[in-house]
Amino acid sequence: MNRSGSRSGSATHGVMRVGSGRPPWPLILPALVGVAFLVLPLVGLVVRAPWPDMGRRITEPEVLAALWLSLSTATVSTVLCLVFGVPLAWLLARTEFPGRRFVRALVTVPLVIPPVVGGVALLLVLGRNGLVGRYLDAWFGLTIPFTSLAVVLAQVFVAMPFLVISVEGALRGADRRYEEAAATLGAGRVTVFARVTLPMVLPGVGAGAILCWARALGEFGATITFAGNFPGTTQTMPLAVYMALQSDPEAAIVLSLVLLLVSLAVLATLREKWVNA
Amino acid sequence: MPVLSADLCLSRGDFTLDVALSVAPGEVLALLGPNGAGKSSALRALAGLIPLTGGHVRLDGDDHTRTPVERRPIGMVFQDYLLFQHMSALDNVAFGPRCQGLSKADARARAAALLDHMDLAGYARSRPRDLSGGQAQRVALARALAVRPRLLLLDEPMAALDVGTRDHVRGRLRHLLEEFDGATVLVTHDPLDAMVLADRIAVIENGRVVQQGPPAEVARRPRTPYVARLVGLNLFHGRAEGTVVTLSGGARVEVHEAYDGPALVAFPPRAVALYPERPRGGPRNVWPLEVDGVERFGDQVRVRLTGPLDLAADISPAALAELGLARGGTVWAGVKAAEVECYPG
Repeated sequence: MNRSGSRSGSATHGVMRVGSGRPPWPLILPALVGVAFLVLPLVGLVVRAPWPDMGRRITEPEVLAALWLSLSTATVSTVLCLVFGVPLAWLLARTEFPGRRFVRALVTVPLVIPPVVGGVALLLVLGRNGLVGRYLDAWFGLTIPFTSLAVVLAQVFVAMPFLVISVEGALRGADRRYEEAAATLGAGRVTVFARVTLPMVLPGVGAGAILCWARALGEFGATITFAGNFPGTTQTMPLAVYMALQSDPEAAIVLSLVLLLVSLAVLATLREKWVNA
Repeated sequence: MPVLSADLCLSRGDFTLDVALSVAPGEVLALLGPNGAGKSSALRALAGLIPLTGGHVRLDGDDHTRTPVERRPIGMVFQDYLLFQHMSALDNVAFGPRCQGLSKADARARAAALLDHMDLAGYARSRPRDLSGGQAQRVALARALAVRPRLLLLDEPMAALDVGTRDHVRGRLRHLLEEFDGATVLVTHDPLDAMVLADRIAVIENGRVVQQGPPAEVARRPRTPYVARLVGLNLFHGRAEGTVVTLSGGARVEVHEAYDGPALVAFPPRAVALYPERPRGGPRNVWPLEVDGVERFGDQVRVRLTGPLDLAADISPAALAELGLARGGTVWAGVKAAEVECYPG
């Protein structure tokens, strides 16, 4: 009685809603399960963290070394992805050449293959006896595997497709008439790209760089295969977490929490600056 | 010698464009035509944004048919102005001079002088999105003129403006275009823009120039039904023998000037008088016609009539009430011979 009374009251005095009422349960229920599944593990991390000696553990030299290695390699990888990925995206979006669709498909392959396979492939090409690596070794005495450079290359391999796809999408969505306007004003293609196209797609480039950086920071499979697991030179945070889990689970929790906070902090700041600009 | 002399041939699928243009120093040519007639294609071909399949583009006697866009001595004002949103108004105008190799300071000085000349000095630092439509149009014009072009191209320069501001902005644009000493080609589908802005009008239909001349002549003596509709005249094809023109539908029209041969006959709807019965001692041209429709037209009423000839008549609402016209009714239409313009067809 009460219920029906309040309902008719809201219908006469409140806003009369037109529509199909509350969202249906067959959609709500799986959505709630999905949210719980994504959020609960993070809650677990926070709850189980050894808060009392957190300060001491975070400042341990090994943790700091792994953190520094992760942040620096992910950043260098992102810069490399930008340097090579943005022109590649431009080529895919703005030019017609034979086999363009095939190249585009190839570029996205690292997205779908398991990172470990990527690591093996890198080893086969750039390893000491690899297709290219043997010449690097013979002519320049340069050995890539199991160095910090290998960490960076593994990250670039898995992360670049994110950037290329994001920037290519932005370029395809950009109004090309602005480029024509620039051309009528005497701008050559490089000037048009640098002064008109790039500023127009900057949000897309920023979003791509964020995705790219996050993917590089979390890289595990290709890194451990191609670069190994040497503290200080190739042991990044994800590798350190995995190693700690075998011997000292509490340390693993601490490292994971640090990784989580760092990614969240960086993503939050950059998102503010790039994506909502 | 004309600044611009061009013969533009383009074919794309079923559409072909074949237009010859010549524009003298300081002259403004308007390409007027319906959507899809090919006028924008002609403009883009002049700019080099689309390649010609034949013909040539000459500026001051130099052949530019194969010159890439960025090296043509042109300036272009686009339909939505296309000001670079990430640059200030000043940097938009300085963009062209910078591309031509001027130093940053020189380019900005030139841009500032142009903006000042267009009464936009106070908006130099403004972003394009903060400008009104008329201001944006002047910045776009300044940007196009900053490269000191010999050929200025304007694509539907009035289309992006509110109807309320158009008259003012149009008058101002006319004034600014008068100062330019190169050739100007503008594209519009609005006859008023063409009449006010241009010294000469070329009407393009289906990829061909169907009529070319000064605005007053195009307005008085249209050559196609499209132009007649634009300038608001009744137009008929016929054959003149002395002062009588026999129209293709069989009706006869008396005119005041004698001519022999294929002719066009035009008169304005307001020159048509309507009578309930055959008038005695009235105009020399009278036809019994059937009412096809009645619609409001400004403070007048436009009556569409059909019969031996289809024509429109503008009468006052009071006259309409007196005649008691309804669709399907019969009425006599009369036009004085002195009101009828007759010219070679």
